[in-house]
Amino acid sequence: MKAEEWSYCEKMATCNIESQEHVDIRDRMNIVIVGHVDHGKSTLLGRLYADTGTLPEGKVEKIQAICKQQGKEFEYAFLFDAFLEEQEQGITIDTARTFFRWAGRQYIIIDAPGHKEFLKNMISGAARAESALLIIDALEGVRDQSKRHGLLLSMLGVKQVTVVVNKMDLVGYRQDTFDGIEKEYREFLSQLNVTPQFVIPASAKLGDNIAKVSSNLSWYTGPTVLDSLAKFSSESEHEEQPLRFPLQDVYKFDARRVLAGRITAGSLKVGDQVIFSPSNKTAVVQTVETFNIESPPTQAHAGQSVGITLDEQIFVERGEIVSHEGSIPLVSTSFRANLFWLGQRPLEMKKSYLVRLGTREVECQVAAIHRIVDANDLSLDSQDTKASVRRNEVADITIQAKAPIAFDLYTDFETSGRFVLVDNYDVSGGGIITEMVEDREENLRVEARKRDFAWVQGDVNLADRAKHYGHRAALVLLAGPDTTSKTFLAKKLESVLVAEGRHAYMLDAENLRLGLDADLSEEEAMEIVRRYGEVARLLVDTGLLVISTTNSFNLPADQSIEAIRTLVYPATVLTVHMGKKKDDLLSKSDLSFTGPEDFTASAHEILKTLKRKGILAEAIGNQPAFQFSI
Amino acid sequence: MKHLRQLEDQSVYILREAYKHFDNLGMLWSMGKDSTVLLWLARKAFLGHVPFPLLHVDTSYKIPSMIEYRDRLAREWRLDLVVGQNKKALAEGMNHERGRVECCTALKTNGLKLLLEEKGYTGIILGVRADEEGTRAKERYFSPRDKNNDWDFRDQPPELWDQFKTSFPPGTHIRVHPLLDWTEINIWEYIKLENIPFMDLYLNKGDGKRYRSLGCAPCTMPIESTASTVDEIIEELRATTVAERSGRAQDEGRGMELLRKDGYM
Repeated sequence: MKAEEWSYCEKMATCNIESQEHVDIRDRMNIVIVGHVDHGKSTLLGRLYADTGTLPEGKVEKIQAICKQQGKEFEYAFLFDAFLEEQEQGITIDTARTFFRWAGRQYIIIDAPGHKEFLKNMISGAARAESALLIIDALEGVRDQSKRHGLLLSMLGVKQVTVVVNKMDLVGYRQDTFDGIEKEYREFLSQLNVTPQFVIPASAKLGDNIAKVSSNLSWYTGPTVLDSLAKFSSESEHEEQPLRFPLQDVYKFDARRVLAGRITAGSLKVGDQVIFSPSNKTAVVQTVETFNIESPPTQAHAGQSVGITLDEQIFVERGEIVSHEGSIPLVSTSFRANLFWLGQRPLEMKKSYLVRLGTREVECQVAAIHRIVDANDLSLDSQDTKASVRRNEVADITIQAKAPIAFDLYTDFETSGRFVLVDNYDVSGGGIITEMVEDREENLRVEARKRDFAWVQGDVNLADRAKHYGHRAALVLLAGPDTTSKTFLAKKLESVLVAEGRHAYMLDAENLRLGLDADLSEEEAMEIVRRYGEVARLLVDTGLLVISTTNSFNLPADQSIEAIRTLVYPATVLTVHMGKKKDDLLSKSDLSFTGPEDFTASAHEILKTLKRKGILAEAIGNQPAFQFSI
Repeated sequence: MKHLRQLEDQSVYILREAYKHFDNLGMLWSMGKDSTVLLWLARKAFLGHVPFPLLHVDTSYKIPSMIEYRDRLAREWRLDLVVGQNKKALAEGMNHERGRVECCTALKTNGLKLLLEEKGYTGIILGVRADEEGTRAKERYFSPRDKNNDWDFRDQPPELWDQFKTSFPPGTHIRVHPLLDWTEINIWEYIKLENIPFMDLYLNKGDGKRYRSLGCAPCTMPIESTASTVDEIIEELRATTVAERSGRAQDEGRGMELLRKDGYM
């Protein structure tokens, strides 16, 4: 920027804006500025601050002095490009938060980089925002990052968008140029179900329509960029929705056992009967716990970080979603989703990742990559299946998790409808759920849910039993090919446990065949597994350690184990694989042995694992050292 | 007030995530307004308890009343207070006259490094705010540091919605920043709302001066101010366009970027 232009803005900064000093703050809002590189995001931001008189004193002068020293032209962008490297290269590398107060609202404006290389930083910025300013250069028109950013905004849940057609001065403030860009971009966004609230012709460099109505653009009658921000709503619609309360942690710092978390939708109040998914546990909200508030609240709503206590001490863990009975979330090990990938390494099928949804973390794989979405025209890649998704690509995929997850479709619930994938140590992708995929266990899961909701319980609960017995209930399943001595090990394990004073019982599935299963033929394998699972569920509910083999099920071991796991859920199922030689070993099992010769040693190995998983207390006594609550 | 509760809810969520994921966690407490609000938020998050130690890196040049205030609150709120100090540098006579960046590096950055090494913390919670200074504006809520405490700001992890970086290879640690979205005014508004005890160095006591930011005595200057109550501070801040840290010598030139890259808070 040349010196004379600058003095022009200086004048504007002082003459057009009324004082905002004494307006009380009503609300706050995060706004992200996105768009193609060099379309003027940082300039717009700098202009917004300068024209509203909200820059710290001396800030502009300081940057101007540095520019002069380095022989560079001053740019507004330098105000926020804090890293030396950003200023030297003239690009924004990472998202900056900047603050200003205007007309009773506190804004955080997030300046996101437009360079393709820094897409992950742009996404970090946009994911924090409730609304967006999307900048398009009038001279260059709609470019690929304009489109990609539009697509990502829709995936990130940013629904309030103002499109700023910038640098109108460079096209002679022509209305037909603006109309052409507006039409093209509106058509593009409509395919994403995004309708921009405003499309504004502007020049950030010269200050046209940023904070002040421009006479150069008299054919435009809409709001300025600053006015458009004020028209965005900060009211969340989430409060009106059914309750979603992902459990973050369970605290027992004093006599209270507090379930902590942040309500992401709806509200709850004292006295509400609530359901935990996927464990299907139910309880009644007893109190809403707080600190430093005189009269304790009796309800809480979306957005709040709260702590609640329940009328009974049920065993529930981080990762469950609390809801009301009439509107529980979906539960499955599989779902279909649109995902954007930011990882250094491509996303690949058959590789292990961690899916994080709300507070739940489960190991998962990509079961299918259906399509790669072309951000330019939103067309689906014509090639049928892909083996991987590369960095910065958007894809339609199916996730298969190792354990059931409670979730929602993104179109129904924003927060419980989205997830991230963690590759190694890094959050490497994010996605929104488009479809629940019913897995093989769906029918059993529905059965377990109905059964659990209606379950009549005595006054002694699982935690009481665990305290009394010195261990939690669990099921140990021994699987593997025939003649690998699974039954011998099962018997040995039962003996060792009972000798230690634990309450263990070996339930050979064969024992049910001529009694409970007398009406079933060999072919009715699923029903045999179902009945076994229900019996195991009963025994586990009595607090026992149940030991069994998968011998009697005419099904692949995987399938019978998953079915049983679903029916006894959320009790721990420990799987032990017995193979004849090393190659038979299943990596999915908790433990593996090759046809043990020393059954006592193997049984003790299993004991050790049970201790490590917190099932067994280290020592039997009045004061168990293990923690059974979490 | 609604905006303060929104900020509070987000900070509490972050604190609870930090506590859930890191076994060996500590919170830096300089007794200034920001880290004291942070401490208060921890009591909110954990319902009156603070389930991790409070770490104070003592340069020995702090204003004496800060130490009295520290010990009083630690006693009344039953805090687990851990004080660290770079005794070797002090024994060798380090002070600000040898150069401000040198002194900050030795007594604060290295003092902190020594404390982290000694105690083996894998996560530390800090009260830095994005509006304080340019490089802090670019921070993540969960920000990894390598074993030398270096900050790789060129390649920061993505932060999507409320999913933070909570796993990392051995040898790195995480800095958690629950106050990033708060402004200086928000801090004072919240102190007023919650009636949080703060040091009276922040108030004018009749001499027309008050501290706006607290650090070591030799390098922190009071500002001209008539504000003698929290309300008056808020009024003053609404009107001012002077940077908060203008009384802090370490911010001169590119001091802060260089200090922070090497592990300064």
